[in-house]
Amino acid sequence: MQVSNKLTPFFENLNFERDDNTMVINFGPQHPSAHGQLRLVLELDGEQVVKAYPDIGYLHRGIEKMAENMTYNEFLPTTDRLDYIASTSNNYAYSLAVEKLLGIEAPRRAQVIRTMLLELNRIISHLFFVATHALDVGAMSVFLYAFREREFAMDLMEDYCGARLTHSAVRIGGVPLDLPEGWLENAAAFCDKVDYEVKNTYEALLTKNRIWKMRLEDVGVISAEDALSWGCSGVMLRGSGVKWDIRKEEPYELYPELDFDIPTSDRCDSYGRYKLYMEEMRQSTRIIRQLIPMYKETEPQLMAHAPQYISAPKEEIMTQNYALMQHFVLVTQGMRPPKGEVYVPTESPKGELGFYIKSEGEPYAYRLKCRAPSFFHTGLLQKLLVGVYIADVVTIIGTTNIVFGEVDR
Amino acid sequence: MRKYVPKDNVQGKAYYTDRFWVSPRVPRSEVENEHFAAVVKALGADVTESYVELGQLVLHIDPTNNFKVMKTLKEECGYTQCSEQSAVDYLARDNEFELFWQLLNVTEAKRIRVVCRLANGAAIESIEPLYKSANFAEREMFDMFGIKVNNHPFLKRILMPDDWEGHPLLKTYPLQGDEFASWYEVDKIFGKEYRDIIGPENRDPAKVDIKDTKRFSRVGYEVPFGAEYSEEEQAIEYSETALVNYNKKESKQLDERR
Repeated sequence: MQVSNKLTPFFENLNFERDDNTMVINFGPQHPSAHGQLRLVLELDGEQVVKAYPDIGYLHRGIEKMAENMTYNEFLPTTDRLDYIASTSNNYAYSLAVEKLLGIEAPRRAQVIRTMLLELNRIISHLFFVATHALDVGAMSVFLYAFREREFAMDLMEDYCGARLTHSAVRIGGVPLDLPEGWLENAAAFCDKVDYEVKNTYEALLTKNRIWKMRLEDVGVISAEDALSWGCSGVMLRGSGVKWDIRKEEPYELYPELDFDIPTSDRCDSYGRYKLYMEEMRQSTRIIRQLIPMYKETEPQLMAHAPQYISAPKEEIMTQNYALMQHFVLVTQGMRPPKGEVYVPTESPKGELGFYIKSEGEPYAYRLKCRAPSFFHTGLLQKLLVGVYIADVVTIIGTTNIVFGEVDR
Repeated sequence: MRKYVPKDNVQGKAYYTDRFWVSPRVPRSEVENEHFAAVVKALGADVTESYVELGQLVLHIDPTNNFKVMKTLKEECGYTQCSEQSAVDYLARDNEFELFWQLLNVTEAKRIRVVCRLANGAAIESIEPLYKSANFAEREMFDMFGIKVNNHPFLKRILMPDDWEGHPLLKTYPLQGDEFASWYEVDKIFGKEYRDIIGPENRDPAKVDIKDTKRFSRVGYEVPFGAEYSEEEQAIEYSETALVNYNKKESKQLDERR
């Protein structure tokens, strides 16, 4: 180990005193296409990257530590701050893990609403991906168009839960609110809008665009074997030809009842992944359209009935003494799940988002580990960036679709 | 008497505990699934305990042969992805860490969790040659718990700064940080001798400093912006033009109506 002091500071794994022509540059943490607080230390030979070292931790807030010091319900809004582009996915992944631990299931209407919100968040996240990825590569106008549609999606989220980014729209055991009046009609109109824009705006602008193809084709190539080994998930894995989607393979919520396809690409490069994102948006609108008639057939119950863990409906609390007592205990002390450990994976827009929870029967989780897809995708950069030209670095960071709330936690 | 706080676990604890409450356990079942049974058989004597908890196979192994077990799982059982790896702190109770690896078989759509107990201060063998995802995961485990990993290509802190002291996810580490954490920036930028001059960081956003006349003022004790704090009561003179005095009967029209 190198001994560092003020005169010879410790610069990661890189040696500055060298005889060859290589140069060391810092990419970030304040680089506009670093997607947050990514510091990449790149060793360059001319314009070619010889070694890449992602330095993370600039957004580290100790969310796993906070989880050990909060009751299960208190922690839920904190999960918004993981992948802040699509908060509901985090809320949902966490709620599902706790529900699995408790052994409860959300009522049907809550499931319909949750699935709709999850898919809406997938669209929001994918629109954000297209916008920023295109902006990084140089297609400025796509950014404006994609953000316009993303605003409509966020308006829908705002109509539902009152927040645009930090939703907390899912609770342990169900959802807090029913859909407001006219929401389903707006959602259906939004689906039409997204389908139209994907086909006529984004794809029309990008798919056959010569510059776009030159910048994306055969950039960031990763084989299926490597993708699995490096812990890739989501589009990164499907873009390498592995047909793996947790919604289909380990189904949760209403996904087994829904009809949708899992697009894969054998190209293994950024262009193939871009095509997958586009196709996934279409699949998401397809899912939301199927859910709209399902909503109308459901009973109005929104939270699971498990008074030991989840407060009874307001009406019961106000009329029945025992329900009030249980509610009081839950509010003042928090729920005490049974002892045990659980790992629940979900397919978030970025990939496999899983929560490992170890419960010792206390109101505080003994250990909570958030398996964030972006964390492993950032690790992959050390392999993916070696040998590419400096101009492609931006494309490769964009195509991994990393969000630093999730990487640093 | 001051409340007793155990030093070995300073995390949040339930305020109210019922001595007679026995927490139930999540049901564990025997390995019945054909695929899982084959996995247990392939590992043979390396597995000390195996059961299925909430749909996932849990295998307890000895920490010394974790690499061997992972190799068998990857090459013979098709567990091609290590999706997560970390540790749980049981130092207070058993002076041990519990390490877990979460493995995924893509073709069978099955997940298993390999668990082992590692004594405090012992090192574990890196599985980075098998699963590259362990590169970051093991670094994070080292950063958060201080668990050393043998033969890791680049074992260094990942989320915390390189010169950090202490491992944040240990149960002995307080949520608000220890003394080193609270003085980290001051020590680093100015030096330890400046601790007294700069003073401790105030993290209370609702704090009101009545002596700070630049940001706060007290009704009845107002002084000019930035002036010395004063205990003398100030006579308040409100602007005549801005305030309308409704007590004065100056309006002729109103008088007439009265």
